[in-house]
Amino acid sequence: MLVTAPITLSARNLIRRFGQREVIHGISLELRHGEVLGLLGHNGAGKSTTLQMLTGALLPHSGEVEICGFDLTRQPQNAKARTGFLPETPPLYREMSVNDFLIFAAKLHRVPRAQIADALTETKRRCGLQDSGKKIIGTLSKGYQQRVGIAQAIIHQPEVIILDEPTVGLDPSQIRDIRELIRELGNMHSVILSTHLLGEVESICDRVEIMHHGRLIYGDSSTKMQQYGSQPGFIVTLLAPPALSVLQAIAEVQQVDQLSATQFRILHTVNTNPSAALLTLAAQHGWQAEQLVPLRTRLEDVFMQITQDEKS
Amino acid sequence: MILTIARKEFCSLFVIPSTWLILGALQFIFAWFFLARLDAFLQVQSQLAQLANAPGATLAVAAPLFGTIALILMMLIPIFTMRLIAEERRNQTLTLLMSAPVSDIHIVVGKFIGLMLFLLLIITSCILMVLTLAAGTQLDTGLLLTNALGLILLAASYVALGLYISSLTAQPVVAAIGALAIFFGLWLVEISAVDNNNTWRALAPTSHFQSFNIGLLNSTDLIFFLLFCFAFLLLTIRRLHNNRIYS
Repeated sequence: MLVTAPITLSARNLIRRFGQREVIHGISLELRHGEVLGLLGHNGAGKSTTLQMLTGALLPHSGEVEICGFDLTRQPQNAKARTGFLPETPPLYREMSVNDFLIFAAKLHRVPRAQIADALTETKRRCGLQDSGKKIIGTLSKGYQQRVGIAQAIIHQPEVIILDEPTVGLDPSQIRDIRELIRELGNMHSVILSTHLLGEVESICDRVEIMHHGRLIYGDSSTKMQQYGSQPGFIVTLLAPPALSVLQAIAEVQQVDQLSATQFRILHTVNTNPSAALLTLAAQHGWQAEQLVPLRTRLEDVFMQITQDEKS
Repeated sequence: MILTIARKEFCSLFVIPSTWLILGALQFIFAWFFLARLDAFLQVQSQLAQLANAPGATLAVAAPLFGTIALILMMLIPIFTMRLIAEERRNQTLTLLMSAPVSDIHIVVGKFIGLMLFLLLIITSCILMVLTLAAGTQLDTGLLLTNALGLILLAASYVALGLYISSLTAQPVVAAIGALAIFFGLWLVEISAVDNNNTWRALAPTSHFQSFNIGLLNSTDLIFFLLFCFAFLLLTIRRLHNNRIYS
């Protein structure tokens, strides 16, 4: 991710109350052009509320949102023309046909009349809706309705695309298609999506923000997040293993655990990697190295750990 | 933007089968009533001819017909206004409009115009029916025009009030029943007032329609209707704005 890319969306200190209860406590976000940001959190963490505030469907009690330099409260029309939003429930008029609905969405988002036909064809192609143009939205399956929802959000080529749980309720192949689409959108636009599926973050997001009880508690690139709080290491399979102490004696190895007769978990320090040394030794002494798998922490564990850390 | 929303509202009415059913049934009722009045008029025509200043066909047939339409519109409009905002809120499609680059004014006025276009269609079809009388007699165009104008203004005030009720709830049925109850209440205020100058009576749109019905273009009534529409459209716009703050 280029740090020099222009900032397309910035939110500062958003606070939102429902009645007396404050549900969002001062959230600040920044999104750059060409970036996919994942908003991660438990149910009820405030993801949807935050996203609705970013689109102007809900006004924050304090704080500001700026989209491409336009303030959302002072110049709402300019700011909103540059965002596309897919809410949790896709906002579809069930009695309309796909074409009519998308044309309506395009007009609503100020696409010039002459460009509507092109925008419609292009958007339908991107979302795989070429053959569904004349169908009535209410008769489409959940997956196709979701695609129409996404099409509605991108038909006016917005700078910022905001997707609230875009893959919920889809089958695995549809999920894969939509993730590919989001990845593609991320190249030309900025995308911010909320999810509670960690796999989604792993596969499509450049950056992750974790939300917990209305606060952002962790923000980093998604690759860094996977390494959060875990110790680097690997699991090695040696068919003719030496004694445990021999492995322990290799430089930079911190700890060796025997998992089975042939498998060993080897932990090492952060910035070193003794695997090359180990493989050379294995070849010299005929330990018959078969497999060497780096330890990868599961994102679930990382997520649980981060939210747990926050609690304590 | 207003026209985009108005057009969408207008078109989406016609993709629902029940709209066509209502249109057909209405036309049937109006025609029935029209023919019944015409029949009664033809029976007494010979007696009327002996009077010095006899009421013509327009006053005897068209005016009562328009009076009936006014009453039917009162019961009909809540069915249409309930969809406008309450149903959008229930289906969560309102978010599309709320996050689109349109202001609350555009949304409310667009929806208002969309439904008014549809009601104009109904009113026009009735006027066309009355115009067939021109084949056999001379029509009182002035009376016809004031009646049409009165009907349009009455429909507009009902739509504005219905739209406001619709913006208060997320349940279309509640919106329909609420609007109907208020319309009926206003109507009861009008018919239960013994004294013609009762101040309460002035609240009812139907009482202001009366003068249009007898061919009187009274500026007080005109201003009442315009203020009524304006006030409730404004309240609806405020309500939508508050929706972003409180809900």
